[in-house]
Amino acid sequence: MDWNYFAGQVINGLQLGLVYALIALGYTMVYGIVKLINFAHGDVFMVGAFIGYFGFVHWGLPWPLAVLVSMAVCALLGVTIERVAYRPLRYAPRIVALISAIGVSFFLEYFCSLSFVFGADYRIVPRPMEDVVWRLGSVSVTNVQVLIMVVVMAMLVLLQWLVYRTRIGAAMRTVSYDHDTARLMGVDVDRTISITFAIGSALAAVGGILYSIAYPQIDTFMGVIPGLKAFTAAVLGGIGLIPGAVLGALIMGQVEVMTAAYISSQMRDAVAFAILILVLLVRPSGILGRTEPEKV
Amino acid sequence: MRRAKLLAFSLVLVFLAGVVFGCGGQQAGTQKEQTIKIGLMAPLQGNVKTFGESVQKGFELALEEAGYKVGNFKIEKVIADDRNNSTEAANAATKLIDSDKVVAIVGAVTSKCTVPASEIAQARGVVMISPTSTAANVTVDKGKRKDFIFRACFIDPFQGTVAARFAVNELKAKTAAILYDQGNDYTVGLAKAFKDEFEKLGGKVLVEETYAEGDKDFSAVLTTVAQKNPDILYLPDYYNKVSLIGQQARDKGIKAKFLGGDGWDSAELNFKVMAGGYFTAHYSKDEPREAVRNWVKKFEAKYGSAPDSFATLGYDATKMLLKAIETAGSADPAKIRDALAALKDFPAVSGDMRFDANGNPIKQAVVLQVQEDGTYKYISTIQP
Repeated sequence: MDWNYFAGQVINGLQLGLVYALIALGYTMVYGIVKLINFAHGDVFMVGAFIGYFGFVHWGLPWPLAVLVSMAVCALLGVTIERVAYRPLRYAPRIVALISAIGVSFFLEYFCSLSFVFGADYRIVPRPMEDVVWRLGSVSVTNVQVLIMVVVMAMLVLLQWLVYRTRIGAAMRTVSYDHDTARLMGVDVDRTISITFAIGSALAAVGGILYSIAYPQIDTFMGVIPGLKAFTAAVLGGIGLIPGAVLGALIMGQVEVMTAAYISSQMRDAVAFAILILVLLVRPSGILGRTEPEKV
Repeated sequence: MRRAKLLAFSLVLVFLAGVVFGCGGQQAGTQKEQTIKIGLMAPLQGNVKTFGESVQKGFELALEEAGYKVGNFKIEKVIADDRNNSTEAANAATKLIDSDKVVAIVGAVTSKCTVPASEIAQARGVVMISPTSTAANVTVDKGKRKDFIFRACFIDPFQGTVAARFAVNELKAKTAAILYDQGNDYTVGLAKAFKDEFEKLGGKVLVEETYAEGDKDFSAVLTTVAQKNPDILYLPDYYNKVSLIGQQARDKGIKAKFLGGDGWDSAELNFKVMAGGYFTAHYSKDEPREAVRNWVKKFEAKYGSAPDSFATLGYDATKMLLKAIETAGSADPAKIRDALAALKDFPAVSGDMRFDANGNPIKQAVVLQVQEDGTYKYISTIQP
């Protein structure tokens, strides 16, 4: 066994997993609160990457500002999507809201492909800093990887603080148990849900920008595959649970990379999804999910 | 139903008229100059319209040079737009053949249009020569040669062979890694041909990995490549995918030289990352041959810009066709076909050529190097 090679692959998997984690958090937060799989989340991720790109390349903003603008735009977009496409259906059968989510997803993909919006072209994203590669033995670590790790860790800590240490976090946790009871306790349910969408979408924007720095090319369909993988990760870890989303995403990242490294690159998705099925057969509510059967 | 009948009836009328007047015309034509029609089929609107516009420029320049005349025939051009849509291509081919009565067609540009159009041309017995369609099934259908169909460009696998020779002979490479898209015939064809030739010449392929079209993360495979440290990383995909892989390869500290095919040829390639990489192409305007220098001068004088490979191949295809009509001395498509198949050492701009048994040209390829400033540098010419 070549340990340097193995260590290199672990770092590759960590990078991929952390980006998945940022997207998976949005899925899981929304699911936790409104029991809805927000299929448009991957496309919000795409919009985030594009706004970051435009901010930096075309509007000449410094990177941190471009990220903030992108987060703000995506937060607004997330709130608007919830307002227009989900809130009117909140107490309709769940399948209706799910179809609405799929509709929003397609709408965003094709609307953004129009030439007066983002256009259908692939765009190359210039990196905000010079590439630096550090060598530790034969393992190489790039500054992009370090950036991703630091930013994602910071976001996770921030989110944890927000959910468990603030009033809005308390409101979110209350709403996630029961809407009616939360309302009786004086929680503004609509506002809490809006804020949840805003936070999830802003995280997706950060994820989109980090993704476009790591894999420097964007197009309007870039959110589809990462969105699907992140959703899978959220389910794997136990959907609705924040630590579950992160754990699931890190596992997905490692499985994909290790399959490509030690088995075959053709098998990476097949193995990743086979593991998902196996885990769900044994633990239907995900790795960290409660084992009691869910009331539907 | 009613409309269908009407249509059938009018088709019969048109056909009869064609027989009556057509025969009359030919008898008269033996004495004085006869007019023949040549069709051009190209995407002049839609997603690849620049391809079509370039081919049209080459086509028209070739006819203009000939004075719209060949042998005893006056030439009339007929232009049809296929919009890079295969249904539209079938309609355009039917219109050119049945209503305009062309003796030959230059086109189509993309393989997806040329394949359906070639079925029609073959069935009606009209010569068709595609300037730029590289898919193998343009001239051959399930192992059966479509004998009226030709092309002016080399086919996909040839590029892989050329790239391997360049790697071994010019770059002195001993080892290579290959990454390609398992779902795309183009990249599969190039990768396979490259591997076969590279190993035949004594090289070793250390890593051969595939990916799917939607993949963006290549870190796992590239870590393997970095560990094996090959001389060459062969990336036979289109410009956008190659740019993405190239960036990640450099992130992993891979020092191998990048090598690829004509899919790199785009203004949207990431020149900064790919600078120094080599790719095989049909033609280079910087090639130091008399024919190329004259062609570039001619084209620039008329259109004010340098010809790209589409314009060049459009010109070459049209010239080959004119030469064949002249040799045949007849407007009979079967005779033109035979003359075309018998062309030897024809001095096309993109290299002296002849056709193999499948109507594919045997001719040189060029190798270009990507420059950081967004241009390509001509490196060498590889003979078949």
